[in-house]
Amino acid sequence: MRYIDEYRDAHLVRGIAGRLAALVTRPWTLMEVCGGQTHAIVKFGLDELLPGGIRFIHGPGCPVCVTPLELIDKANLIAARPEVIFCSFGDMLRVPGTAGDLLTLKAQGGDVRMVYSPLDALKIAHDNPKREVVFFAVGFETTAPANAMTVYQAHRQGVRNFSLLVAQVLVPPALAMLLASPERRFQGLLAAGHVCTVMGYREYEPLAERYGVPMVVTGFEPADIMQGVYLAVKQLEEGRAEVENQYKRSVHRDGNLTAQRLMQDVFTVTTRQWRGIGKIPDSGLKLREPYLAYDAELRFGVSEHRVAESTDCRSGLVMQGAIQPAECPAFGRLCTPDQPLGAPMVSSEGACAAYYRYRPKKL
Amino acid sequence: MDTKQDSNPACPVPLSAYEQILMAHGGGGTLMHRLLEQVFYPAFGNPILDQQGDGAILAPAGGRLAFTTDSYVVHPLFFPGGDIGTLAVNGTVNDLAMCGARPLYLSAGFIIEEGLPVATLKRVAASMAQCAAAARVHIVTGDTKVVEKGKGDGLFINTSGIGIIEHELVIQPRSLRAGDVIVLSGDIGRHGLTIMAQREGLTFESAIESDCAPLVDPVLAMIKAGIDIHCLRDLTRGGLASGMVEIATTAGRQINLEERAIPVREDVRGACEIMGFDPLYIANEGCFAAFLPERDAALALEILKAHNCNEAACIGTVTAGDAGLVTMTTSIGSRRIVAMLSGEQLPRIC
Repeated sequence: MRYIDEYRDAHLVRGIAGRLAALVTRPWTLMEVCGGQTHAIVKFGLDELLPGGIRFIHGPGCPVCVTPLELIDKANLIAARPEVIFCSFGDMLRVPGTAGDLLTLKAQGGDVRMVYSPLDALKIAHDNPKREVVFFAVGFETTAPANAMTVYQAHRQGVRNFSLLVAQVLVPPALAMLLASPERRFQGLLAAGHVCTVMGYREYEPLAERYGVPMVVTGFEPADIMQGVYLAVKQLEEGRAEVENQYKRSVHRDGNLTAQRLMQDVFTVTTRQWRGIGKIPDSGLKLREPYLAYDAELRFGVSEHRVAESTDCRSGLVMQGAIQPAECPAFGRLCTPDQPLGAPMVSSEGACAAYYRYRPKKL
Repeated sequence: MDTKQDSNPACPVPLSAYEQILMAHGGGGTLMHRLLEQVFYPAFGNPILDQQGDGAILAPAGGRLAFTTDSYVVHPLFFPGGDIGTLAVNGTVNDLAMCGARPLYLSAGFIIEEGLPVATLKRVAASMAQCAAAARVHIVTGDTKVVEKGKGDGLFINTSGIGIIEHELVIQPRSLRAGDVIVLSGDIGRHGLTIMAQREGLTFESAIESDCAPLVDPVLAMIKAGIDIHCLRDLTRGGLASGMVEIATTAGRQINLEERAIPVREDVRGACEIMGFDPLYIANEGCFAAFLPERDAALALEILKAHNCNEAACIGTVTAGDAGLVTMTTSIGSRRIVAMLSGEQLPRIC
């Protein structure tokens, strides 16, 4: 299958691993940002193909994992209202809030529906004019254009019974925080390929220069990730710190300008709380003034809800690369996909879920 | 004036003219009997069922019996490649085949939601009759109940089945031996993907259909050829991966799979890649795994291919390693663990 098989070719992948082994002269630690990359690494055992001394730590690129607990609780509060049809991507349904998750609410009679696209939720609003339809808008820049398009269409079509519970986050501010940290443990970075498909990679260039950290925009197949590692390590060995694009079949330096224009029309930058990490300035998106009528927090009056996080869950440390999932005392014991303490254990992009599913023990 | 017609005292509302199921159709009265006469007896008719007893009197030849039950709640009721009726017969027939039994008799219990069109019920009954004939089983007893509108999702069916075991093999997970090979009868992922696509209104460029089919003939042919089958499992809910984990755990053995050997059709792979699904965990309704000694593998493959199992392949081995552990050599040659999923697979976000 094109764009899949050739990037999973064993010969190619091992060839890159061989060239990497010949190149490396000292230990290096790389952070891969995106949860999809984390899953690919663990699923294909790519970390075990790396020469000794090269290791991955896993970054915060799982939008489900970083959605703050208070937003999960707000989602539950809104979804419990009898007039509401609450629509969400699948993964969000399983994330535990303070008093349960959306799937449990569904079992108790809440009208909670899984959708594949925000436009599905808009269609549900058209089909149910007497109900209030809310879409849980989670994601990094990858999902923002489709969510922006949905609000734009709702506005154009004069749909009144639709709103968005916005949980959009942005990658570069989180990276800036990690790069600036005195406890930073990585020297190179694999940037998220699909985020950069939308946004391009111009905004990473000042970060690479300021912090002296090479960044390689990387795809998701085994050969992509190995090549991304190779390019990052080559830069480190040569003392360079530039932004390179490994994922050329999808990413251009400027990104998708049409998508960006739509995002800028509908959203504006705001400060967001990242679950387990804390407040990161200018790290999220919220609806702009002309579209505030579509903001679910305002519509349902849940803006002031506040919660406290569980102390057992170490997801923040996992997502900042401070510990590996298996180093969390709760991993596999108190915390499993059946009974998760936090989001990284249930999300299909969560690091804890990746290890639990593909590597619950050492082979 | 035609006085004969004018003086006819019969009720003008014909009892048989209802197009939809009413609560009264489950009431045990005339309407219910009309339903049985118009829908089920014509479809399933056989000497045992026609006795119309409270139960079926059976007299199978001596030997071990296999007995199984399953309930079918699929939505939508009709989908490319099958319907709830084909699942209800083939699913239970296949469970008997997985015991190494020749299926003989089925029961069929129907829970019907008020308002279901009678035409729909007739269509389902016709499917069941067709599948039963193909599998050479008789539906010999049954039950119908009707629930109020809103309490039944259209139609639920339960079928139980009895089969006879006509050989001395002990086909169960505990019969697994280190060194056994795992033979897969066909490609995986079609059924679950078909249902999901229908339910969610997704369309793919190529039409993916359920693989729902009876598995009796290839299984009995392998047994007849003297293949020393240790275990059989049809790979329904939870897919190939869950079946392997269950068997490895019950057998106390380790199973190693070869990803490159597992047949998956291109269109199924493509749909899975877009949606973020792993075909290993998708339900199948016409696919099974057989565990047998390595020396029998070639003959087993030959027999399967002679019974329309064109994609049959050896996909792994059983070892003495860690009890309950299932590993897989990936397409790039690394190894990973195949674990049970907590719940359903959910589509990717980005």
